[in-house]
Amino acid sequence: MMYDFFVDLFGSSTLAGIISGLIQAFLPLFTFILPFALFAVWLERKVSAHMQDRLGPMRVGWHGWKQTIADILKLIQKEDIVAKDNDKLLFNIAPVLTFAGSYAAFAAIPFSGYFIGTELDLGVFYIVAVTGLVVAGILMAGWASNNKYSLLGSMRSVAQIVSYEIPTMLVLLSLVMISGTMSLHTLSEMQTGYIWNWFILGGPGFTLSKFLLIPLMFTGFLIIYISTLAEVNRTPFDIPEAESELVSGYHTEYSGMKFAMFFLAEYANMFAVSAIVAAVFFGGYQSPFGYLGNLVGAEWLIPVEQFFWFTAKGLFFVFVQMWLRWTLPRLRVDQLMTTSWKYLIPIAFVNLILIGLITLL
Amino acid sequence: MREYFGNIFTALSTIFVGMKITFKHMFVPAVTIQYPEVKPELPERERNRLYVNIDDCIGCDQCSRACPVSCISIETTKAIPGEDLGKTSNGKKKALWVTNFTIDFAKCCYCQLCVFPCPTECIYMTDVYEFAEYKRENLLYDFVNLTHDERQQKRDNLAKFNAEKEAEKLKAASEPKPEIKKDQPEEK
Repeated sequence: MMYDFFVDLFGSSTLAGIISGLIQAFLPLFTFILPFALFAVWLERKVSAHMQDRLGPMRVGWHGWKQTIADILKLIQKEDIVAKDNDKLLFNIAPVLTFAGSYAAFAAIPFSGYFIGTELDLGVFYIVAVTGLVVAGILMAGWASNNKYSLLGSMRSVAQIVSYEIPTMLVLLSLVMISGTMSLHTLSEMQTGYIWNWFILGGPGFTLSKFLLIPLMFTGFLIIYISTLAEVNRTPFDIPEAESELVSGYHTEYSGMKFAMFFLAEYANMFAVSAIVAAVFFGGYQSPFGYLGNLVGAEWLIPVEQFFWFTAKGLFFVFVQMWLRWTLPRLRVDQLMTTSWKYLIPIAFVNLILIGLITLL
Repeated sequence: MREYFGNIFTALSTIFVGMKITFKHMFVPAVTIQYPEVKPELPERERNRLYVNIDDCIGCDQCSRACPVSCISIETTKAIPGEDLGKTSNGKKKALWVTNFTIDFAKCCYCQLCVFPCPTECIYMTDVYEFAEYKRENLLYDFVNLTHDERQQKRDNLAKFNAEKEAEKLKAASEPKPEIKKDQPEEK
């Protein structure tokens, strides 16, 4: 639609393609990721403050809601410092790559049945693969900073993300086995109807296998939630940016807009993993009970409702991530590896095999 | 094996216990005081900025002598006969013009030692604690309610009076006379 408009305007399909492509690429950034990141930072500060019996930002706007906007404006204005011994090229590429990795994941996230960036058949696979870019960006940042703490942080981060990718993949694989699809759109459509059709409660249909799946699904959900928490470097798995040990890990040397990109990527990632958990286990954009649009006969209301449910579920899991942050202390490196290799991976394997057997029923 | 599953159970159950505690704290009222709008209640005998009610001051200089850091400086000028300075609120007759009464709050250590010796209770602690200044000179508080011209006038009056008296004395020295009574303002 936008493409046709630009073809009419310029009379050149190449130019129209470039412009409409750019607009479509920037639209989710400015309509969702940036506002979400600003909101999430504010939420994080408020949640952490109230959990510690404080108030958090209160001065700028109502309960400080404009505080993060002021912060981002400050970050934009700040001087961009590049130290003399930095590897200039890698140092400049790293934040872009990290941000691109987490941003690209949003292309396949089904916000509603009608708005998905690209309806990929391999949505789950694509998201897992493209967020792998984040690891490269983090390692680059740590290496190019030429700072021992940054390097330590990024190496920890890579070790952590690589270990925790395995349980994440195993759980997603078990979901793929049940549903027989990798498309997040199809996955969400399968969970339509009511809350008992969600995969956390065994998926659609009322057969024996549904009830056998329920405990396995809860296990799978716990595993994927813990491992995605580790993948986005959140407490209790925040050893890559452990403030008390490593200053702030791989982004110690960054300032201004480049730092803001890491920051944005981190919060975008938080939502991306929460969205995946919501999409595969909690019905994606489906309402837990029917749609108001169907009830009053207003068809146009359904996508809006779906968007609402999806962001609500995503935000809820983001909130739980924050909640966990202020509940649990940081893990040691050996504890981190133990959790992944001794607990999550074996259990995820057993879970996968059991789910495979049940789906054969 | 038993230990393995025991570990998983302990980990998960303790996480939920911890989460319950942090969730409860979300609804505990914050202990933060929004300072400039809301001020904490001060203790009853809080010591802050001094205030001098100069109308009650008799210029006895006791506060200045009690001050351990010498931040109070007082200059008094005797009233010449015929001038009525009025009385303090507790009935003491004033006999001295207080021509200078400054407290340097940059030096003041808020020990309250100046408050106790005051016979008329005209110097006391207030509950004002927000008086930061950009320049140190601004912390030199002048409590006298006379203008600088008036103060000079009082000094001149006394000098003139003394000079006249001196002249009289010289005249009296030539012929013997009874002793001149000294001014004793404190006795009244």
